Amino acid sequence: MTLDDLDRQILQALQRDAGLSTTRLAKRLGLSQPATWRRIRRLQDAGVIAGRRLLLDAEKVGFGVTVFLGVKLATKGRVSLEDFERAIGAIPEVQTVDHILGLYDYRLRVVARDLADFERVLRRRIMTLPGVGDVEANVLLSEERRPGPI
Amino acid sequence: MGILMLDDMDRAILRQMQADPAMTMPELAERVGATPARVIRRVDRMMADGIIAGQRAVIDWRALGFAVHVSLRITLDKTVTRAFDDFLAAAREVPEVLEIQTFLGRVDVRLSLIARDLPDYQRLYRDRILTLPHVADIEALMDVANVKSDMRLPI
Repeated sequence: MTLDDLDRQILQALQRDAGLSTTRLAKRLGLSQPATWRRIRRLQDAGVIAGRRLLLDAEKVGFGVTVFLGVKLATKGRVSLEDFERAIGAIPEVQTVDHILGLYDYRLRVVARDLADFERVLRRRIMTLPGVGDVEANVLLSEERRPGPI
Repeated sequence: MGILMLDDMDRAILRQMQADPAMTMPELAERVGATPARVIRRVDRMMADGIIAGQRAVIDWRALGFAVHVSLRITLDKTVTRAFDDFLAAAREVPEVLEIQTFLGRVDVRLSLIARDLPDYQRLYRDRILTLPHVADIEALMDVANVKSDMRLPI
């Protein structure tokens, strides 16, 4: 899908605040409310707007530690990737799972209350899964999300 | 920053909102079994306390023609005092960088980078990434498939 300037402005605005009403967005863009709504609908139908995400302050709700985990599977071929993905995805503390190519097979984003809690999740839930080999943990210090090329 | 005390109702509201942020207040109230007025009060309070920071639209960059997703793991030259600040400021100037994370561990910084195709990635990598300041080492990992990405907290 190709975007024009108005589409770009809509995406930028909704990336910052998806709760923005169509009325306020329309006013900001100098468009009519139905025209704005049609454009949002078109971006949704084309799959460009894939959904909404609630932004929570993890620390304030008690998750003080986020760790990015690189996981290498030890016994490829013997372990089904589907089984591993299903099992790892079912762990509530595992927020994201990406299958990657390179140094590791999977990148996981794991949240925990503190480092002791993370160690518990890692040892009891993740390391016990069949096929898990080398694991590299990097503790998140800061994070920012950029608007991207729009 | 202290941890704020959440009760069962707060947690139920956050779980429902994480699952579907677009839900209306009456729908949310019905799901958690409370009156809309009570739910609105709770949500307003959690927003005022900064627990709920807002909501954002998720963009599928593949639908916009960015087929290549790469994770760049970067080690910086820490003998330079301003290495982190200089590097992060320069990385923010690259539009194709979607996420910037800093770490305690073997990796200093991770950049999440998108490109239209492999030649586009190669161009970006040469012209915009290798030219970033104070880089000691870069490892590139190609994202093959996203298996889970709801980013929910297990509240």
